[in-house]
Amino acid sequence: MDSTKKSSITESWRRFSRENELVYLFLRNRVAQLAAFIAIVSVGAAALANFIAPTNPYDIASIDIMDSLIPPAWSAEGESRFIIGTDDQGRDLFSAILYGTRLSLTVGLLSIGFASILGVTVGLMAGYFGGRFDAIVMRIADVQLSLPAILTALLIDGIARGILPQDKHDSLMIVVLTVAIGLSLWVNFARTVRASTFVERNKEYVQACQIMGMHPLRIMLVHILPNIMGPILVILTVDLAVAVLLEATLSFLGVGVPPNQPSLGTLIRIGTEYLFSGEWWIVIFPSGMLITMIISINILGDFLRDALNPRLR
Amino acid sequence: MLNFILRRLLQSVFVMLAVSLIAFSLFRFVGDPVAQMVGQETSIEDQENLRERLGLNDPLITQYGRFVGNLVQGEFGFSYRTRQPVSEMILNRMPATLELGLVSLLISLLVGIPAGIYTAIKRGGVLSNVLLISTLIGISVPTFVIGIFLIYLFGVELGWLPTFGRGQTVQIGWWQTSFLTWDGLKSLLLPAITLGIYQLTLTMRLVRAEMQDVLKTDFIKFATARGINYRSLYFNHAFRNTLVPVITIIGLQLGGIIAFSIVTESVFQWPGMGLLFLDSIRYVDIPVMSVYLVLIALMFVVINLFVDMLYFAIDPRVRLKSAHG
Repeated sequence: MDSTKKSSITESWRRFSRENELVYLFLRNRVAQLAAFIAIVSVGAAALANFIAPTNPYDIASIDIMDSLIPPAWSAEGESRFIIGTDDQGRDLFSAILYGTRLSLTVGLLSIGFASILGVTVGLMAGYFGGRFDAIVMRIADVQLSLPAILTALLIDGIARGILPQDKHDSLMIVVLTVAIGLSLWVNFARTVRASTFVERNKEYVQACQIMGMHPLRIMLVHILPNIMGPILVILTVDLAVAVLLEATLSFLGVGVPPNQPSLGTLIRIGTEYLFSGEWWIVIFPSGMLITMIISINILGDFLRDALNPRLR
Repeated sequence: MLNFILRRLLQSVFVMLAVSLIAFSLFRFVGDPVAQMVGQETSIEDQENLRERLGLNDPLITQYGRFVGNLVQGEFGFSYRTRQPVSEMILNRMPATLELGLVSLLISLLVGIPAGIYTAIKRGGVLSNVLLISTLIGISVPTFVIGIFLIYLFGVELGWLPTFGRGQTVQIGWWQTSFLTWDGLKSLLLPAITLGIYQLTLTMRLVRAEMQDVLKTDFIKFATARGINYRSLYFNHAFRNTLVPVITIIGLQLGGIIAFSIVTESVFQWPGMGLLFLDSIRYVDIPVMSVYLVLIALMFVVINLFVDMLYFAIDPRVRLKSAHG
């Protein structure tokens, strides 16, 4: 009884993985699996930072300045309390990296969410209705696309600094950062979605919907959107890496997250100041974490692109 | 051809007007210009006088017209932070950024194009795979991390190269160059490599993809069948046909280099425009920010225009299309 149930489950799984191309290709691609594993572990560790981290780096009371600049535990002057050492203020680097990863990923995911919602909405409407709206939006997109994302993000960040009152800076900085990164990345979504929608809207199923008198909104969201998920998924992954990179870069430049909540970029910036005096661990470990995360996301993006694009196979 | 260029010029003017409108609203609405210019003890009356004299009470459209007029004449106003003319500040910093950008563009093209061609021709070879994997790393590792590690390796551990500033420079007119001294060249090397690596990987990936597409086409198969030697086949027949997208990318890359020079200049304390822009963001120095924005937009517009014109020189199809259409 038990064994037959088990075999029927494996049987249905086998059928599912055979029929679903993406799953099938994923199960045969070791590199993509490894990348997915690393990505899941990073996200998990970041999400559970409160429980995993031995100390809370945001809690000033628990930090002792006497503990500052202790090298990793395996070196001669290391202490077992701090596995990979401490930073200049005596924060446990391991905890700081976990919390920093959480912040970096939060900003990255939020901004990519913002960018995708904005971009997909605009792209769907531009592609479906065409006409003047399409022309205007795409001209804006062209202009913005000729400016690199980092420049746009820096500008929006700078403008926000000018508009917002001084005392609210720190509390609003994460929102500002999210909006700045999101606004610099929406164009990719808009252009791709517009092009795909343009192709879909002339197909028979869309015409059938129109003849049935369906509301354009319903046609776009219920009928067209599911058919163009492939390219959206690819951009979502690739641009997530870009968003995390942008956040890290802005924080590294000192115009990102507030200094009392260090993200990976902030940690790296702090670490650079100590690199010359031989305290290498403060910069190495956060950089390593950042690079590992971005490479794994990029590999997944490449995998998705190849898997969803039959021309390349 | 003239028609095409005129149309593109008109478009560029519109883009510049749009950007200057953004710059104008930055200048006019982010913070109060008068409050930034005067000291604490200036009376309300004097402030009003200054406001009137600066024309801040005029209709907005007049103000905008004046703003654009000043920009065109190179009157960029004064920095809130240093009280110096913005034009002077930017002109002082420009040579550093342009020299850095030029060298890193050269690095990215001189290494990226051959590497791209090689990996396209020798598909699956050991060296090709090594190169391809390193491009993935080149795209994933942030510019600033690359810079830090180069500093650590060549500056701290080996002590071969200077790690910050421009070193010794030579003054030619208003242009400070670091090309003419050994110290200046050494100082230039690390920042230029840092800035060039990301662009290099992009160039390589693009050239490879384009070459692979071209190598699959019928005319290459036919040329192979004709027995044309491989060097001529790859360079005269295949590579020439990849030039249009490659030139587009070089145009875009120039933009990328200008943008990422902000990061590189920050890592190496390179006294260029990027560092100036970064400071202006930190201290909310709006005049510098808006002028930088306008200048960058101008550079992009000129680059794009130039790229479009290059198409004419390279691709006969573009010429034909514009002659008929």
